[in-house]
Amino acid sequence: MTDPKSKPRVPIKKKSQLLSIWHRFKKNKLALFGVVVLAAMLLIAVFANVIVNYERDALTQNMALRYNPPGGEHIFGTDGFGRDLFARIIFGARISLFVGVITISVSLIIGSVIGASAGYYGGKIDNILMRIMDVFLAIPQMIMAISIVAALGTGMINILIALSIAQIPRFARIVRSSILTVKYQEFIEAARACGTSNSRIIAKHILPNAIGPIIVQATLNVASTILIIAALSFVGLGIQPPTPEWGSMMADAKSQMRYHEYLIIIPGIFIALTVMSLNLIGDGLRDALDPRLKN
Amino acid sequence: MTEKLAEIKDLHVLYKTDENTVYAVNDLNLTIYKGETLGLVGETGAGKTTTALSIMQLLPERVGVIEQGQIILDGIDITKTTEADMRLIRGERVSMIFQDPMTSLNPILTIGDQIAEVLELHRKDMNKDQIAKRVDEILKLVGLSAERKHEYPHQFSGGMKQRVVIAMALACEPKLLLADEPTTALDVTIQAQILKMMKELKTRLNTAMIFITHDLGVVAQICDRVAIMYAGEIIEIGTTEDIFEAKNHHPYTEGLFGSIPDMTKITRRLNPIEGLMPDPSDPPKGCKFHPRCPKCMEQCKTQNPQNHSADAHTIKCHLFAK
Repeated sequence: MTDPKSKPRVPIKKKSQLLSIWHRFKKNKLALFGVVVLAAMLLIAVFANVIVNYERDALTQNMALRYNPPGGEHIFGTDGFGRDLFARIIFGARISLFVGVITISVSLIIGSVIGASAGYYGGKIDNILMRIMDVFLAIPQMIMAISIVAALGTGMINILIALSIAQIPRFARIVRSSILTVKYQEFIEAARACGTSNSRIIAKHILPNAIGPIIVQATLNVASTILIIAALSFVGLGIQPPTPEWGSMMADAKSQMRYHEYLIIIPGIFIALTVMSLNLIGDGLRDALDPRLKN
Repeated sequence: MTEKLAEIKDLHVLYKTDENTVYAVNDLNLTIYKGETLGLVGETGAGKTTTALSIMQLLPERVGVIEQGQIILDGIDITKTTEADMRLIRGERVSMIFQDPMTSLNPILTIGDQIAEVLELHRKDMNKDQIAKRVDEILKLVGLSAERKHEYPHQFSGGMKQRVVIAMALACEPKLLLADEPTTALDVTIQAQILKMMKELKTRLNTAMIFITHDLGVVAQICDRVAIMYAGEIIEIGTTEDIFEAKNHHPYTEGLFGSIPDMTKITRRLNPIEGLMPDPSDPPKGCKFHPRCPKCMEQCKTQNPQNHSADAHTIKCHLFAK
């Protein structure tokens, strides 16, 4: 132990938790790239109506302007109805990110509660909850989403419900398993020996220790949700035309793929960029959230 | 010294699983006086930790059961208190130090936050500044610089982590401290420092302590009274002088002392106690030590021995029946 009197110690600056996480996060250049890309997407989505006019550019059809190649006045060109592809991409970002983030927030919260109760209390509660989750997991995500949308009808709210239900069991499982790895560690016992209540132990001691895999799973799931909504729109069950959505834009253009390939490639690039940046951020966060990897 | 703080009466603890039932603690009686240090000694599986966990009411859920008996702390039978009330007692009146300091701290909270948590739970009247001040005080008390409270457990050495654990346990100045082999995971020099510090602190705070160990050297250093446990029972209890100096001993105690290497004699081999601890799911009839006892008599195989006392020194063995 260092004697505090022996040398004047520089007072340690109290770094806030978030700040030190950020310091670790920014060392990962790829993750930083992901943040930049995602931030750009978010900015575009938020300020979409400042950049272009929704009614005029993204919705109004103008047959005189169909299939203008990229460049010139329309930087991404125009589609088969003469609508500006750039404007539609920008408004598409709104839908994709909105649905992705809302779905994951809803399913993360519900899934965490289910998974945390199952993992922490164990026994019968665990069995009942997890068998229900297993039933949901047994149905492929896409088919589940399709059948829920088919049952409830298309529409934004129904799509959100369908995607959230499809994601809840994934979160419940991952949260449960992370909790099980932490639950039997001695510091949980020590916390109980201090008189800490169950809910406080879960919230303060278990979840923060298990947050790494959960966060990673969440970012990956945002990405997969964006893909699913694109796929749903592609098969005509998702966002309905004329609302611009990346998946439905690709679906609209599929008959023209050979002659006007940019109509497929550009929305495809945007889907890929968004999904990739989310995955990079997920990886970066997993490392940054663990203070043991600090140095 | 003579005022009772806690009393354990006829404690029976079982571990029930689908396959079998383990009799971890059988008919344990123990009194703890205010401010004393009681050593609980015995080999692995003797039920020392189970006894401590029973006092904390932290036996493994659904498996560990207190089948019979009372644990009276400060006049309250804690085997009958609800979980919510027990939470108020844990950390406030009884706290526990676990064996391995490496794993008994939460790796992602600063040590200051962890000590503060105990205070937040039990000292609702203290505001943030008071808690912060108290955390500094306690850290100083256990020999750590208060400047380090913003650091994480992985930035500390094993001995320093154990100091933090002790600081957490003593934050609310509990009346009873259960120390479950607190120095086993530490090396000898650090062990000596920690023991010295614990002794000073408990005298200063007037805390009674149950010190669980299998190291007789440590017992001699720190304990006022010693209880020797075997197969879930206390087979001998007395003051430290009684256990170390008196003439009469339980054969198991003799065996324990016999297995310590003697510094003054040349011996080629250590003298262990022959045999193994009985299977706790199927304990032998009569005296539980009789299959290993060198002085085993006929009645030992069938009759459970009585306690025979001389002053504070009690031995549970047929040898001392009058």
